[in-house]
Amino acid sequence: MSRIAARFASLRAQGRGALIPFLEAYDPDRATSMAILRGMPGAGADLIEIGMPFTDPMADGPIIQAAGKRALAAGATVAGTLGMVAEFRGEDAATPVILMGYLNPILSYGPERFCKDAGRAGVDGLIVVDLPPEEAQLLAPHAAANGLDIIRLVAPTTDDARLKLVLTGSSGFVYYVSITGITGTRSATGAELAANIPRLRRATDLPIAIGFGVRTPTQAAEAVRIADAAVVASALIDTLAGCLGKGDVAKRVLDQVRELADGVRQARVPA
Amino acid sequence: MTVSLAPQLGRNSLRTGPDEHGRFGGFGGRFVAETLMPLILEVEAAYRAARADPEFQPELDRYLKDYVGRPSPLWFAERLTRELGGAKVYFKRDELNHTGAHKINSCMGQILLARRMGKTRIIAETGAGQHGVATATVCALFGLPCTVYMGATDVERQKPNVFRMKLLGAEVRPVTSGAATLKDAMNEALRDWVANVHDTYYLIGTVAGPHPYPMMVRDFQSVIGEEARAQLHEAEGRLPDAVVAAIGGGSNAMGLFHPFLDDAAVRLIGVEAAGLGLDTHQHAASLSRGRPGVLHGNRTYLLQDADGQIEEAHSISAGLDYPGIGPEHSWLHDIGRVEYVAATDAEALAAFQLCTRTEGIIPALEPAHALAHVAKLAPGMDKDAILLMNLCGRGDKDIFTVAEHLGVTL
Repeated sequence: MSRIAARFASLRAQGRGALIPFLEAYDPDRATSMAILRGMPGAGADLIEIGMPFTDPMADGPIIQAAGKRALAAGATVAGTLGMVAEFRGEDAATPVILMGYLNPILSYGPERFCKDAGRAGVDGLIVVDLPPEEAQLLAPHAAANGLDIIRLVAPTTDDARLKLVLTGSSGFVYYVSITGITGTRSATGAELAANIPRLRRATDLPIAIGFGVRTPTQAAEAVRIADAAVVASALIDTLAGCLGKGDVAKRVLDQVRELADGVRQARVPA
Repeated sequence: MTVSLAPQLGRNSLRTGPDEHGRFGGFGGRFVAETLMPLILEVEAAYRAARADPEFQPELDRYLKDYVGRPSPLWFAERLTRELGGAKVYFKRDELNHTGAHKINSCMGQILLARRMGKTRIIAETGAGQHGVATATVCALFGLPCTVYMGATDVERQKPNVFRMKLLGAEVRPVTSGAATLKDAMNEALRDWVANVHDTYYLIGTVAGPHPYPMMVRDFQSVIGEEARAQLHEAEGRLPDAVVAAIGGGSNAMGLFHPFLDDAAVRLIGVEAAGLGLDTHQHAASLSRGRPGVLHGNRTYLLQDADGQIEEAHSISAGLDYPGIGPEHSWLHDIGRVEYVAATDAEALAAFQLCTRTEGIIPALEPAHALAHVAKLAPGMDKDAILLMNLCGRGDKDIFTVAEHLGVTL
C-alpha cells in the first residue's frame, strides 16, 4: 500500500479527517522551509504538500505568487526541492509528501528523470496544475513506473461527463478546488461544499481533499466534516510573510499548523 | 506563372492543422488548470458552430469592410525599392485598419463569437496596447464592459494607448507581478478568467494560449494573407518570391503566411526581436534562442533558464516583448517551412526612419523589425523579384520611444 493510501486508511480507522498543510520550497530560504517541513508532522500535519516554485503560477493568487518569487530569489530549483524531500525522508518514513507545481520546470528537468528522482527522494504524489487529463500522457507512465500518485484537481466547473475523465487515471486522493478562482482569494460557503462534495463522492472511492479558501481551524474542521482532508496554503504563507525579519518564522507557522490540526481533530467525521 | 486564388488543401497540405488535440506537430495543446478546461472546450465548440453557421462569416465580413476598412491596400513601395536597389517591395497595409493595426481583425471575429456565446464581459491582455485598444474598441461598439490587463511597465511606456483604452470605456488594470510586462498581463488575465468563468470571455490577442486560440486567431488573421495573395496576383500576375513579417506572439505573421504555406516556391520569413543582440540576454527571440516548454496553455518555444523558469524578454517594441511564440510557428520552424531570423533594436530604429523618409509612412516598431530584414534581403535579390511585407501597424504610438532613442526631447 502506498504511503498516501496507508495514511488515509489509518485516519479512517481513527474516525478523523486529514490536515494537509502547504509550504513553498525555499520560502523564504532553504533552511527556514526545511525547518517548517521537518516540524510539520509533529505539529499535526497528516500529509504535507510542497509547492515547487515557478515564475508564472497562473492558478495562484498574490500570496503564493510572492512565496514563489522569494523562493526563486533564494535559489530554489527542482533538484533542490527534491533534495529537501530526501532530507525529510531521512527522519520521517510515514508522512506522505505531495509536490504541487506547474509543468514547465518538470518538462525542463525531463518527465522521466523527474519521476525517477522524485520517487527515489520519497515523494508520494504529484499535483501538476496545468496538466489536464487531455495532456496527462506526458507524465502518467513515468509517475506510475516510480510509484507516484497523480492527484487531479476537480473544480466546480467540472461537469459530470468531465468528472469521469478527470477521475480516470487519478490516484492517491482527489483535490477538490472549492471555488472558481485562484488561491487565497475567497472561501466556499458550507452550502456550496454540501452541494458539490456528494456529487464527487458518488463518482469516486478515492479520499477527497478540499483546498483553495480553507484558512481557519473552523473552516478546516468544516472541510473534514464534509470531505476527507483539508488543504491549507495561503493562510500559512500569509503568516510566514507577516513575520519575515522578525525571527521565529518556522515556529509561528508551525503554531498555526497546530491550531489547524486541533480544529481538524475536534471535527466529527461522519461514518 | 498561373496562380490559384483558392488553393485546394491536398493530403500533404501544411494548412490543415491543428489536429483534434490542438496540436501542430508536437506543439500547441491545452495546458490549463481544470477550472478552465470546460471553458476552453466551450469556446472551441462555439467557434466550430460559428464556422458552420452560414451567417457568421458574412456578418464578420460586413464589419471588416464597413467598420475596420478592409480590404487594406497593397502598396508598391517604389522609392524604398529604388533606395534598396533590388527586389520590388510591396507593403500589405494593415496599419490603415481602424485602430491602426492588424489586431482588430481577430478582435472583431472574437467579439462576434463572445456575443454568440452569451458572454457579457470581455477581458484581454495587452503589451504595446494595440490589442487592448482594438479590444476596447469592439467592446465600445457592442456595449460590453471591458477589462484590459497590462504590465505596469508597459502602462508607463505606452501612455497614449492607455488613455485611448480609457476613453473607449475600458478599465485598464496595471499588473505588478513578475516583471510587469506582457507575460504577466496574460497570467493575470487567465487568473481573472478562472474567477469569472460564468460570464466572461477572454479575448486573446495573439496566436498563442490554449487550443483553440492559436487556430482561431490565425483563422481570423488569415484575411491578411488571402487579400495580399489576390491583390498581388492582380498587380503582378504571380506569387511573391518572399514574404516577410515581424513576430512577437506571431499573429500578423501567421495571418500573412498561412495562405502561402502550400506554395513551396514562396520563401516565408519571420523576424523576431533581437533586442540588444541575440548573444545578450536582452532579446525576445524565442525560436532563435529558446527551447520548447509549456507556458500560457500551450507547448512552444520559450525563453527559459536551465531549470525551466521563464525568462524576461526584451525589445524596443513592447508588442514583441514576449518570451514565447505561437505554437504553429514552432512547428513551421521545426519542419523548416518558415525561416526565422532576428533584427535588433538598432536595426528596427533605422528601418523605422527609412520607411518614414522614403514612403511617408510611419510604421510601428513591430513591422520596423520586418522592414529591417527586408532592407538586408532586397538588395541581394533580382530587380524583378517580389518581396511582400506586412506593415501590420502604424507608428504613432511609438514616437515617444523613438524620440527618446534618438535623443530628442518632445
